[in-house]
Amino acid sequence: MTDLIRKTASELAALISSGEVSSVEVTRAHLERSDAVDAAVHSYLYQSPEASLIAAAEADRARAAGEVSSPLAGVPIAVKDNLATIDAPTTSGSKILQGWQPPYDATVVKKLRAAGMPILGKTNLDEFAMGSSTEFSAFGPSKNPWDLTRIPGGSGGGSSSVVASFQAPLAIGSDTGGSIRFPGAVTGTVGTKPTYGAVSRYGLVALASSLDQIGPVARNVLDAAMLQDVIAGHDPHDSTSLPESLGSMTAAAKKLDVKGMRFGVIKQLAGDGFQPGVAARFRESLNLLAAAGAEIVEVDCPSFEYAIAAYYLILPAEASSNLAKFDSVRFGMRVEPGEKATIERVMAATREVGFGPEVKRRIILGTYALSSGSYDKFYGAALKVRTLIQRDFDAAFAKADILVSPTAPTTAFKFGDKIDDPLAMYLNDIATIPANLAGIPGISVPNGLAEEDGLPVGIQLLAPAREDARLYQAGAWLEKAHEEIWGKRMIDFAPELEVN
Amino acid sequence: MAKAELMNYEQALEQFEVVIGLEVHVELNTNTKMFCGCKNEFGNEPNTNVCPICIALPGALPAVNKTAVESSIKIGLALGCEIAPTGRFARKNYFYPDLAKNFQTSQYDEPIAFEGALEVEVPSGAVHNVLIERAHMEEDAGKLTHIGGSTGRIQGAEYSLVDYNRAGVPLVEIVTKPIYGAGSEAPELAAAYVRSVREIVKGLGVSDARMERGNVRCDANVSLRKKGAEKLGTRTETKNVNSLRSIERAVRYEIQRQAHILANGGTIIQETRHWHEDKGATSAGRPKSDADDYRYFPEPDLVPVQPSRELIESLRATLPEKPADRRKRLAGEWGFSELEFRDVVNADLLDQLEETVAAGAKPQAARKWWMGELARIANESEEGAIPNITPAQVAELAKLIEDGKINDRLAREVLGYVLAGEGSPAEIVSARGLEVVSDDGALIAAIEAALATQPDVLDAIREGRMQAAGQVIGAVMKAMAGSADAARVRELLIEMANK
Ligand SMILES: [Zn+2]
Repeated sequence: MTDLIRKTASELAALISSGEVSSVEVTRAHLERSDAVDAAVHSYLYQSPEASLIAAAEADRARAAGEVSSPLAGVPIAVKDNLATIDAPTTSGSKILQGWQPPYDATVVKKLRAAGMPILGKTNLDEFAMGSSTEFSAFGPSKNPWDLTRIPGGSGGGSSSVVASFQAPLAIGSDTGGSIRFPGAVTGTVGTKPTYGAVSRYGLVALASSLDQIGPVARNVLDAAMLQDVIAGHDPHDSTSLPESLGSMTAAAKKLDVKGMRFGVIKQLAGDGFQPGVAARFRESLNLLAAAGAEIVEVDCPSFEYAIAAYYLILPAEASSNLAKFDSVRFGMRVEPGEKATIERVMAATREVGFGPEVKRRIILGTYALSSGSYDKFYGAALKVRTLIQRDFDAAFAKADILVSPTAPTTAFKFGDKIDDPLAMYLNDIATIPANLAGIPGISVPNGLAEEDGLPVGIQLLAPAREDARLYQAGAWLEKAHEEIWGKRMIDFAPELEVN
Repeated sequence: MAKAELMNYEQALEQFEVVIGLEVHVELNTNTKMFCGCKNEFGNEPNTNVCPICIALPGALPAVNKTAVESSIKIGLALGCEIAPTGRFARKNYFYPDLAKNFQTSQYDEPIAFEGALEVEVPSGAVHNVLIERAHMEEDAGKLTHIGGSTGRIQGAEYSLVDYNRAGVPLVEIVTKPIYGAGSEAPELAAAYVRSVREIVKGLGVSDARMERGNVRCDANVSLRKKGAEKLGTRTETKNVNSLRSIERAVRYEIQRQAHILANGGTIIQETRHWHEDKGATSAGRPKSDADDYRYFPEPDLVPVQPSRELIESLRATLPEKPADRRKRLAGEWGFSELEFRDVVNADLLDQLEETVAAGAKPQAARKWWMGELARIANESEEGAIPNITPAQVAELAKLIEDGKINDRLAREVLGYVLAGEGSPAEIVSARGLEVVSDDGALIAAIEAALATQPDVLDAIREGRMQAAGQVIGAVMKAMAGSADAARVRELLIEMANK
């Protein structure tokens, strides 16, 4: 069983497809792993043992009948709890949605089911995906499997920790400013934010509509590529979804070639002021790439200086409007304010009790940024910065095929370190946010361990919109280069978790 | 609600210039809603035409209804507007329980159509060129029913029920520029404008255009300024004016109300007011200011609507005749006097007449029925609505008279049965045996019976005193329960006298 859970998704898919193991066996192995470790890690908000085993049995039946649903048929997966699932509660990490079960499946969830992938459960997140540590989850934080006293990244700490602790070979995340890539970096796993519109957002509980993107979470680049191939594609239910196919990510991940590719080092994100181990690993990877025949150039993105400021206006503005629907009228929590209940008082009381502190902070910020008299100064100015950042990227991509930076300034920090300092928390996303503002794809790939704390660090690759395949091609090469240097996969350096 | 003090209308117009502005909401008759696949249908069980999108469940996303966009473009073109090559939706944020998302998806600074004009004729015959500022797409809200409390309003209600069937129904809001110079005809112009808009959208086939169902709704802005003053006065926006007659009455009422306040040194409060048809008055609603903060911002869940030149031109090619052109054509075809024609227009019976004539009736006969007996019945009915009869039935009725099968009196009787749902006029005439008796034998027998009691009548007729014939004709009609042809009775009487 231990054997099965440590395999990659592509290995499991091959074993299932050849009939060497069944999807039921694989699914059961992961459920047992969760029984053993999730009390400590707390990746899941909800587990679906019965439903996942039924889906696994169906995948086995389909295989036996010669029906091929997808290259990942039978491989189980965990889904971030901000995606609507018809057979499981969907809380988005908030008390206001506790116990709410959607009457529909998100498009991505439908695609997973159609691909024959059993859904193991719903993973933890910061409330409405607002946070970088899962400490803002209304249901308690998830832990980093490398060190249970440290954060697993956020908002998708449930998805990163679930794959890092071998409770699932794959997971779905959502990335608004780094919520897939930052957790990937601090848990030694892989996470991709695809091009905006590559994956349908229909059924994703919206944080900031113009920034949100669903993407794959995995333990290696090929698995992430295979998962993106399953979940990507045009969806008429999401008018911002791209009409065209971006090609095969799986094929790109198998190329293992960076010769002649131009890598641009972003001057503003070159490692200055980052944790020493993070900066050191980054420079080593640049040397690896150069040695393999890639070209390293420097690019200047002066507007990135304002990225966080712009992001923390655009995101709260959109979020304040997206979260207005949580009013107790049609679904979710309802708090009666006692006597003299009017609709306004019921709405206010529900939102007062139902929302946590970070959510309230951002609703207030966003409401203010959009109000008349403030709009031009704040929201309008932020949109201008957004345009400037897009131009910086355009100029940078004229010189480079791929841009590189460390994914995050530090390795996983300890619980409580930044919870009372929103600005410090926001700075974690300094390298990841620009991609969301520009709608371009980014991936975080394990990039060795920092010598000062022995914790994993990540390298981020960015490509122009629709060029996601480049990320998988270069990411898979880097991953292999690191395995050769370090002697084994990064994730295999993680200490064994104590098993119940 | 205390009725406000009003200034005499003529006096108000002597002192003040009236400026009006009209916002008309047109509900489109697309098969599905604006942003989801739910049926756009009136009168279904509450909350049956709903889905995750139109009740705003977490995760749901809108997708624009293409037909609604095309209908909106048609409306814009028919109003002589420019069509924007690209237009974004925006979110209008406010909390209200009939608004599932707590924001309305609308168009704010990028309407699909803008800068148009519409020629509107008022009852006096004067023609006003009403400038259109914009026509934009948006979605309707759900319908609230307030239970308990005395006012039927949300304040004081015990609880409220929400029906989201209407939530997300596509609307086009058409906004005029301020309309100056209508003078005492401002109320009539307001009603005539809405009638024209209604005719246009009905002619385009993009809306059912039934005001009583709220398919066409009007908010009327009214402000007054002292004659000769430059600065516009403070305006009020009267909502809930849902018939042509109430639009006219509401505008007139606001002119008189505001004039009284201004003439007595008071100030007008910028507010929305509600029209009460029963009381013939408006009452104060929510104070409204330009600073009302809806926190508009571009809708990030929708890509901009970008109609191609080709699409716009192909839609333009489908536009029907303009209402003004149609009127000119019909007036010529029907040969009515100017006054007769205007009366038909003002009674809002153009469609009915046109259809009745198309069904074979002579124009004057069609006019006579719709403007006469049917208008009288409509006026007496509680809803004031046109009775339940089709133009084809009216044409049939007119044909029966023309062919001499029934007379006017019988026709009115037949009409009663038609309205009672007994069938078509011809069916009723044959089922009830109402045909005019033209069998001379039966008539002569009846005349002879009448003459037996009035033997002097034949002499009187011979002497040229024709009024004497009336008594016999009346008696014959009575004896034959009205089914006699009075003209024939008269002819027979004269023949008998001259024998
Ligand atoms: Zn719907």
